[in-house]
Amino acid sequence: MLGPEELAALTLSLKVSLWAVLVALPLAILTAWALARRSFWGKPVLSALVHLPLVLPPVVTGYLLLLTFGRNGPAGAFLENAFGLVFAFRWTGAALAAGIMGFPLMVRAIRLAFEAVDPKLEQAAATLGAGRARVFFTVTLPLIAPGVLAGAVLGFAKALGEFGATITFVANIPGETQTLPSAIYAFLQVPGGEPAALRLVALALIVAVGAVLMSDWLGRRVADRIAGK
Amino acid sequence: MTLTLDIRQRLGAFTLEAAFQAGPGVTALFGASGAGKSSIVNAIAGLSRPDAGRIAFAGSDLFNAETGTHLLAHHRRVGVVFQDNRLFPHFSVAQNIRYGARLAGGVDAAQESRITDLLGITALMNRRPGALSGGEKSRVALARALLMRPRLLLMDEPLAALDGPRKEEILPYLERLRDQAGPPILYVSHSVAEIARLSDHIVMLDQGRVLRAGPAQDLLSDPALMPQFGIREAGAILTATVEAHAPDGLSRLRISGGALWVMGVGAPVGTRLRLRLLASDIILAAEAPRAISARNVLPVTVETVQQGHGPGAAVSLRCGEDRLLARITSRAVAEIGLEPGRDCFAILKATAIARSDIGSVQA
Repeated sequence: MLGPEELAALTLSLKVSLWAVLVALPLAILTAWALARRSFWGKPVLSALVHLPLVLPPVVTGYLLLLTFGRNGPAGAFLENAFGLVFAFRWTGAALAAGIMGFPLMVRAIRLAFEAVDPKLEQAAATLGAGRARVFFTVTLPLIAPGVLAGAVLGFAKALGEFGATITFVANIPGETQTLPSAIYAFLQVPGGEPAALRLVALALIVAVGAVLMSDWLGRRVADRIAGK
Repeated sequence: MTLTLDIRQRLGAFTLEAAFQAGPGVTALFGASGAGKSSIVNAIAGLSRPDAGRIAFAGSDLFNAETGTHLLAHHRRVGVVFQDNRLFPHFSVAQNIRYGARLAGGVDAAQESRITDLLGITALMNRRPGALSGGEKSRVALARALLMRPRLLLMDEPLAALDGPRKEEILPYLERLRDQAGPPILYVSHSVAEIARLSDHIVMLDQGRVLRAGPAQDLLSDPALMPQFGIREAGAILTATVEAHAPDGLSRLRISGGALWVMGVGAPVGTRLRLRLLASDIILAAEAPRAISARNVLPVTVETVQQGHGPGAAVSLRCGEDRLLARITSRAVAEIGLEPGRDCFAILKATAIARSDIGSVQA
């Protein structure tokens, strides 16, 4: 049903999105916690920086990534020399772009969850003898779990659909950086490519709808648990 | 095992500046909302940090501004029962009450079953807080604080969110707790009825300052404090022993100044009770009345007379070894000629003493 090129685009998209969410999620939790619970100098700047990818044209984000994480960019050169980690024109770069584009959505969902947790519960845990880390892992984290899950799913969906920053940063190399949206774009550029493009569009729809339904279901289960039902 | 507190803390518009001691038994922290009661609880529990002063328990500092000591909440072993319970919604009752116990060195199964039996929550262990009634939640919160084996127990308006019948459901547990020689209890409340039932000592707060502190009997029967307790709530407390149950349903109680007939109490003969006699329920007479419907006429001696700003007056009376408080009119004071040292009679209807004003006391 799917050609090898289409299948490659699908598996690559899933791989890129999964890695993007896995790496970005702990950072998103940390950032959301800082924004929701701490007051520090430069907090508005951090907030703006986190939300920047939402409002910046994706092509700008992609170009900035290329300047920073390209092989000649400061961060790119350092990472290549120190860890052998290359982003430019690799699937890892696609994951980086997808992670950054999905980051604001994750932070937003998790931050709302943090703000919904009553700090009085955390205080109660402290009076019962729990230190900060224990309070976080036994009380706060279980209570924000639905938000974390929602953030992860949103980030995953966003990563699957990411196009502008990805194509600017890592181009559109079949098998390496050609994700689902890039493949659809590529098929639409060649005569007779429309059936393949349509198949990928259907696939993208199925994956997106499935992800949203799953997150909804999981979220309700955890919410029920937390409501004490 | 004494708590010593002397702190200053700026809180928005007003400054908390309080000093008092709380020893074994129940010390009530009494005052109107905004008097600073919860702020004191937070400071003792380690949930906030005063600007200056010292909080010490059993000889060691919990907080000392001069040495910079500020023991973190989770190192204090101070149990707190919050007004809003603060049960963990994602845990079962059993997980909730074991949370602190685990961190305090493990769950003692014998102690746990003793406390869950005492509080009547054994059947609720697998439920989640969302499925509990208000009274059940309060009892679970109390069990959770007790099982952490606290060195000191703070109860911040634990009954304020409950209606009358639910309060009556919890109060006997608190009385038992008080009489079991457990940790010192600091009981925060703005309800005179509650502190009259439970407290051994009272610390009266007003706008962040300690107005008066002393034994509960003394403060509750002090005519000068009637405005603070409220003219309808003020009343002396005294201990009584159940002496007899009459066939007509009345019970006779023995107090130091005589016998007191009340509507039948469920307690067996010999039980020690604590009564609150509301000042507004007591009538004073110069001579013993005859053929009167009120069942109690007690010989008393006037100690002090406190004129109020309005037409009312508060009279403190010696009755045996106890003290009573009566609220009457200034006109009556003048007409009967009530003055310190004057002997007269206190009249009290048997029906006046509400069931909720009779508490139990264990030796």
